[in-house]
This record gives sequence, structure tokens and C-alpha cells, in this order.
Amino acid sequence: MTQPVSNCPNCGAKIVFRWSSCVQTVCQYCKSILVRTDVDLTKVGQVADLPPDSSPIQLNTEGIYRNKAFVVAGRILYEYDQGGWNEWHIVMNDGASAWLSDAQDEYAISFAAAAQNLPSASQIEVGQQYTWSNQRYTLSVITPAHYRGVEGELPFQYWDKTDVTFADFRTESGKFATLDYSDEQPTLYLGEFVEFDDLKLKNLRQFEGWS
Amino acid sequence: MSAGTPPLTGPPNPQAKALNCPSCGAAITLRSFQQAVTVVCDSCHSILDAKDPNLQILQKFAVAVGEGHPLIPLGTRGKMRGVDYEVIGFQRRSIKVEGIRYDWHEYLLFNPYKGFRYLTEYQGHWNDVVVCKELPLISSSALSSMPATANYFGEIYKHFQTSDANTNFVLGEFPWQVRVGEHATVTDYVRPPRMLSSEKTGNEVSWSLGEYMYGADIWKAFNLSGSPPEAIGVYENQPSPVSANVKYVWASFGIFLALLLALMIFFDVTARKELVFHSSYQVIPGESKTEASFVTDIFELKGRTSNVEVTTSANVRNNWIYLNYALINQNTGQAWDFGREVSFYSGYDSDGSWSEGSDHDSVVVPSVPPGHYYLRIEPETTPRHPNISYSVDVKRDVPVSMFFLLAFLALLVPAVLISFRALAFERSRWSESDHPPIKLSQSEDDN
Repeated sequence: MTQPVSNCPNCGAKIVFRWSSCVQTVCQYCKSILVRTDVDLTKVGQVADLPPDSSPIQLNTEGIYRNKAFVVAGRILYEYDQGGWNEWHIVMNDGASAWLSDAQDEYAISFAAAAQNLPSASQIEVGQQYTWSNQRYTLSVITPAHYRGVEGELPFQYWDKTDVTFADFRTESGKFATLDYSDEQPTLYLGEFVEFDDLKLKNLRQFEGWS
Repeated sequence: MSAGTPPLTGPPNPQAKALNCPSCGAAITLRSFQQAVTVVCDSCHSILDAKDPNLQILQKFAVAVGEGHPLIPLGTRGKMRGVDYEVIGFQRRSIKVEGIRYDWHEYLLFNPYKGFRYLTEYQGHWNDVVVCKELPLISSSALSSMPATANYFGEIYKHFQTSDANTNFVLGEFPWQVRVGEHATVTDYVRPPRMLSSEKTGNEVSWSLGEYMYGADIWKAFNLSGSPPEAIGVYENQPSPVSANVKYVWASFGIFLALLLALMIFFDVTARKELVFHSSYQVIPGESKTEASFVTDIFELKGRTSNVEVTTSANVRNNWIYLNYALINQNTGQAWDFGREVSFYSGYDSDGSWSEGSDHDSVVVPSVPPGHYYLRIEPETTPRHPNISYSVDVKRDVPVSMFFLLAFLALLVPAVLISFRALAFERSRWSESDHPPIKLSQSEDDN
């Protein structure tokens, strides 16, 4: 597969896309946020330096999920009152886009899901139950979070956010759901918790004093 | 990366960070990189905001001299389930039950790839604890006397205790907002060697799964010097040292009982049970005692060396007859001497009718070789006896049930003893719970 190549409209550096359906990317050199149109790249903003974080995952980390190889193409970093977490945008080898979240080294993989009857931000309460795709989910925590920054390639435009709300749902199995209230219309993500070892991750970050 | 693009240097490898307490200036090490949300100064017991570059002081707490230092020092590394973990946090928490305070310790372990896990310690009992990602299914029993249960991955955990936990002491760093004096409602469900615990603060509930560990294994995993504190009493999810044996011993009991029954049936089927001699006699009153001895006709005992059963039946009614027997081999003169009594008494008293004894008696003479034999019989009875008639039966090769009864008891006794020990262990476990076992007797209350 030949990867699409372009140049940063701000600094001229070469931009190599890992994923052909990429909508937004960040220039690795000048940190310009670039939105891809049919013809070219447009700078829409600038990422301040991301705060240091200690996720063992980084851009270009590779892994395997359900027998499909994936590569980490981008991420969104959030903060809340108990710390921060990363939503790593992963691209499967069949072109599908998914999210590998790393919250204090608890890992989960989810996919955007289409569903009707999504509750609005004012309707949700901890303990409520919803059924999506024949699975019952229990709302376990509502997290008011703060958008902190982006890196790499994303499947949508996402760069001018401030405060966002997430509702996390759990089940009696390893499945979970998240409702993302970043936009007017909530977005549903359905997925499951995964074990670090099962992902067979390569190209991880190194930690001083740890092997 | 394609040619022509200069190599980019990524962010530097995270490393443990050395800081100074803004309150007292003491050195503080951040071991969990950016994961730390709060960190505690060991010198002045200030809880600091680890996310704040100025380490804002969030809380200061008082500590009594020599109070609760961790048995595993912060910074110690050990291997849990094949993964290296470093001890980065420690807290002492307590619950109050009927006015008595119970303290336990929690150690927070960290690995930069695998994240966090916990070790808890209560009076020498340890648990390896991980946070649950799945929700257990709680069902309260229809019978209010039965404890509620939690179903976690198809396994049933029984409710043990619900209590209000208070944080008394913290040390090191935590990936959450830790405070001294914080309350949480803690509910434990047990299925030894595991336990499920829920912690409720506000309307948020988090679940964790613990597995019982022995202090010696912790000491080995963290390469600690000295020896772990001795475990006191029975802990809620401590595996019973005998419960595994109970199943085993009853399974063995079942197998051996089946074998025993098979042997019994085999011996019963293969026994000759051959009546080789039968004769009837009478003791006539007035006859001289000295001349009472007589010999029977000769009978043949066939087959291999085996037992001989001699049965005496007599029409005794409120009297007795005593017979001195000798089983004598005609060819070798070898003799087996034995005496048997047949007596039967009955009557009426204030309790109604009673009886004692029987009108017949059997004895088995073991290991009698084949050959021709006769009996010498010498009956004795009271001088004033009426006529007593009696008969003697000799049977060759009869099945003997006594051996089987002894073997049965030899199997049963250890099984029952082990079951009792297991029961005592469970009583001791549950006596500390919200569902104590019913006391066996009033005297236990008095003690």
C-alpha cells in the first residue's frame, strides 16, 4: 500500500499519512494542526507542547487485536481531576479505525457505533441502564474532562475543544461503552477491556530503570 | 520514515523524579512518572498535589510517634505473577465493628506497562488485589437469613461484611486524590481463596478482586529480610487447609467403600457355606457332671484352609447352658478349644417387659485346614435345670462381616475427623462476618 504524502503548508515538512482516510493530522515538526481536504492541507490551529505523560504507548506503536494488526496513528489527550488519559487512534490492517484508551495503564479498545436513542448530557445519571446491540450497559461514572491536546492522525476534526463530558458504562462481561459529549450530538463507542500482554505491543516507550 | 526527512527525537524516556517538599524541604521521589496525582511527604506528612509544578499542599495530617510504617519499604521491587512491580504507596485504613477498631494496610504497586495492583495485609493475612473491569452481579437472597451473593464470571461469592472504612495514614504516591479521614463503604464477598470488594464513595462504586497470599510468599517475591508477621486467626478468604482434603477424603472413602462392598459380595458368593454337621442333644437333669463330656461323629472339612462356624441353639428360658467345645483333627490330633454360653432371660418390671440374651450362639474358628474332624462337647448348666435340648451346627467356609465392619470404620473415622476440622475452620471464618454461625450451645455465650 502506498501511503499518501503531502507537505505541511506551514513549514514545508513532509507529511506521510499512515492512514489514507485521515481527516486531521499534526505536523511533527511545527505542531501545526492540519485538516485534509480533497486538494490540500489547511492549517487550522497549533498544538501547544503536550504535557509529559507516561503512557507506554506512542505514535507508531504496533499491536494485534482479534488477529488483526494495528498501528497507532494519533491520539487525543484528556485531563480530569484524577489525572489524565489517552485515547490512541489506531488503524487496523483492514483500514478500520478504532480507539485504544490508556487510563492509568488500564487498556480498552472501542469502535464508534451507530445507535438511536442516545441520552443527552442532561439526562444521564450513574446507575442508569441502556441496551445497545443487544447488550445491557450500566452507567458507572460520568467524567467531566478537559481536552488537553492532539497528536498525529485522527478520523475527524478535533482541535478546538475545552470542557467535554464522558459517560462510561460497564457490564458483567469485559464489554464497556462510552458516550462522548464533545459535540452537540453524543457519540457512542462500544468496546471491551483488553490485557496489555494480549495486544503484543511493539515499539513501546522505554522507562528509565525498567526493562 | 522516508528518506529526506530528518529524524525526530521523541519525548525523553520518563524517569523517576526527585522533588522537594514545599513545606519542609525533605526529598520526595515520584516513582510512577506522570501517573501520580497525590504524593505524601514522609517527613512532615503533607499530602501534595503531584500534578502541580509547585506541589501545592492539599492536606497535612498528624501522626503519632512510630505509627504504622510499611512492612515493605516504598521503592522495593518484587515480582508478582511474573511481572516486576515497585511499591509506591502505602495507606492504613480501619473499620469499626461494635466499637472495636480493626486496622489493615494497603500497598500500592506499580509497573509502567501493566499499571497498578495492591497488596493488603491484615494481621499477617495478605491479599493480591486488582481492580475489576467488569461488574459483578449482586443478588440478595429471598431468605433474609441467607447472605447476599455476587456472581463474577459465573462464580458465586458470598457476602461477608459491609463496613465503613476510614483512611488513617498515607505514605508515598497515588494515582488518585488521597486524603486522610476519607470514608468509603466497603463490602466484601468471599469465595476462598478469592474475595470481591466494592468501595462506595458518593455514588461511585469500584470493584476489586483479591486473592489470598501467604506472608512467606510476599517475603520471597520482594526479597525481604526477616520473616513476615505471623497470621492471626482465620481471614475471610483464607483457604481452608482441610477443605480440599474433605472432598478428597470423602471421594477416597466412596471408592474404598465400593471396593469393600465388592469384596464382601465376592467373598459371600465364593464362600462354600457348607453345612457339614448337624446334631441335637439333651441335657438330662440329675446326670453326673463329670460324665457329661462326649464326642460327635466325624465330619469332613473340604477345600482350602478356611474358617469353621459352630452354631449352638438351645431352648433356654430364664436359664443358661455352657458348652466346652474342642474341634479335633482326627489324623493329627490338633485341637481348637473354645467355650460358648447360650442364655436367655426375660421378665416384666416397672418399665415393662425386658429380655436379655439369645437362644443361639455362633462362633467362627479361623484357619482350619481341610481334613476329618470331630467335636468333643462338654455341656454345663445349673443343677436345678429342667431338660435343655440343644443342637450343634458346623458350617465350613462362612463369610465374615466383622473384618468388613472394622475396615469400614477405619475408612470412616478419618473422613469424619477431617470434616469436623473443616467445619470448625469455616465456623471460625464466618464468626468474624456479618453472618456469624449460630452458636452451638449456650455455654459458648458464657465464656
